[in-house]
Amino acid sequence: MTTFVLLTVTGLGLGAMYFLIASGLSLIYGLMGVLNFAHGAFITVGSYATWWMSENVFDGVGSAWVRFLVSALCGLVAGAIFAALVELVLIRPLYQRHIEQVLVTVGLSIAFVALVQGIWGPDVHPYTAPGWLHETTTLFGAHIPNDRWVEIATAVAVLVALQLFLRRTRYGLIIRAGVENRAMVTALGIDVRKAFTLVFAIGGVAAALAGALSNVYFGSVTPDRGTSLLIFAFIVVVIGGLGSITGSAIAAVVVGLVQQYANYYGTNWIGDWGLGDLSVLLLLAVVLLVRPRGLAGAVAA
Amino acid sequence: MTAAEAVETRTLLEVRNLHVNLGQSHVLQGVSFDVPEGGVTALLGRNGVGKTTTLRAILGLVGRRGTVRLGGEDLTALATHRIVRRSVGYVPEDRDIFAGLTVEENLRLAERGDEPRYDLVYDLFPELKTRARQRAGTLSGGQQQMVAIARALLNDNRLLLVDEPTKGLAPALVTEFAHVLERLSELTTVLLVEQNLGVVRRIARDAVVLDTGRVVHAGDAKELLAQPELVRRLLSVTAGGHA
Repeated sequence: MTTFVLLTVTGLGLGAMYFLIASGLSLIYGLMGVLNFAHGAFITVGSYATWWMSENVFDGVGSAWVRFLVSALCGLVAGAIFAALVELVLIRPLYQRHIEQVLVTVGLSIAFVALVQGIWGPDVHPYTAPGWLHETTTLFGAHIPNDRWVEIATAVAVLVALQLFLRRTRYGLIIRAGVENRAMVTALGIDVRKAFTLVFAIGGVAAALAGALSNVYFGSVTPDRGTSLLIFAFIVVVIGGLGSITGSAIAAVVVGLVQQYANYYGTNWIGDWGLGDLSVLLLLAVVLLVRPRGLAGAVAA
Repeated sequence: MTAAEAVETRTLLEVRNLHVNLGQSHVLQGVSFDVPEGGVTALLGRNGVGKTTTLRAILGLVGRRGTVRLGGEDLTALATHRIVRRSVGYVPEDRDIFAGLTVEENLRLAERGDEPRYDLVYDLFPELKTRARQRAGTLSGGQQQMVAIARALLNDNRLLLVDEPTKGLAPALVTEFAHVLERLSELTTVLLVEQNLGVVRRIARDAVVLDTGRVVHAGDAKELLAQPELVRRLLSVTAGGHA
């Protein structure tokens, strides 16, 4: 029972990070039809900016919590600016040219990892978070690392904030309509390109948040963090349905839990065959066969 | 010609030598026509001759060559949203309402000015008020058409591009929408694509006929429809229709 509880909360924590990444990916694809392979770079920006600011700018400033929060905030700002620049400089000139967009985002993702390795080296850097995050809370006999609660709470807060934004604001309305029929939004006199930049910036913030939290979850910073998390985030987007935030949230929880359960129980059963990742791929295959649009997908027009 | 007559015949929209290629197909092959200010100009032609493409090309929704002027201003280089902000409304052929949004959200999205004309919209379509919170995708075809027209009516447009508003509607609804279009034509200039010649006869003042991407006739709508042989030759239909 204690193992099951630990796996469940850990799976939810992992799912929370997947959701933060997938929400932006899903909105970007739903609105613009862009498969953004550079999204991993947004995660890396958040991860490294948070780590670098904490180590170099805010080292010794205030308490560990203040350093962590202010550094993470800098990471989010860096993620938003970087993502908006990617949209303005690389994506906008290639609007409607989907093959070129894929090529440029794949190229950026590869080049960015190389750039980070060139500046900070290929090695793993340890990340020191506030002590409480490394401590545990006991739940039904299971000792749950506290950072899992923070990850879950952050993802829930982002989900609520995104839903409020999409349902209560004019830009949210434009994005929801644009996911259904981009051309018709333009035909109503709305400059949908502003929404494109905004969606990229939102995606950049959420991915950077995932990057900052991944530092705590894994206790380290690595150049390929973005790439490895992005693969599962793409699977979450496809399972959840392109363009659906709620679908992404549900799929992220399912993928995080399946991965954790299969990893632990599969390893106990047949040994370390990487059943966690394999089970996620099987889940993807089943969803694609049974419901190709995903759990709650819309089709971008 | 008196001053009053000169005002009546002033050109609002000038389309000159419009070409559109869609894939390998040269859909519009030098379309030129004028839309006078006020009243309804019907854009007629058989299926597939380029009527919808002409409206979309005027709005810049498809790539085109040629010139489009509204009130003398060249719109050719402007993006679609900027053309629409020059007070051009659009009611697309397949309604293109946002199915996942409510009726109220569909209308709110279409607001351009500070004073959207909800009074006019609800006067013409009182049903939309009672269905404000209903998802537009769950409406009937006629109700969806109401939303599509209402979006264009919310703003004080100089020109309305209306594409087959009676397509797929029951005869009773066709009559209702013909009445709405008649009301619209009193408020603004309408360029109307319509297959139902009964509706055209009832509300159109001028007619432009397209065939294989070219204008083959332009003139008074009623004069055209009074010549059954010409109608049969240009449109391959008899000049009947229910309105």
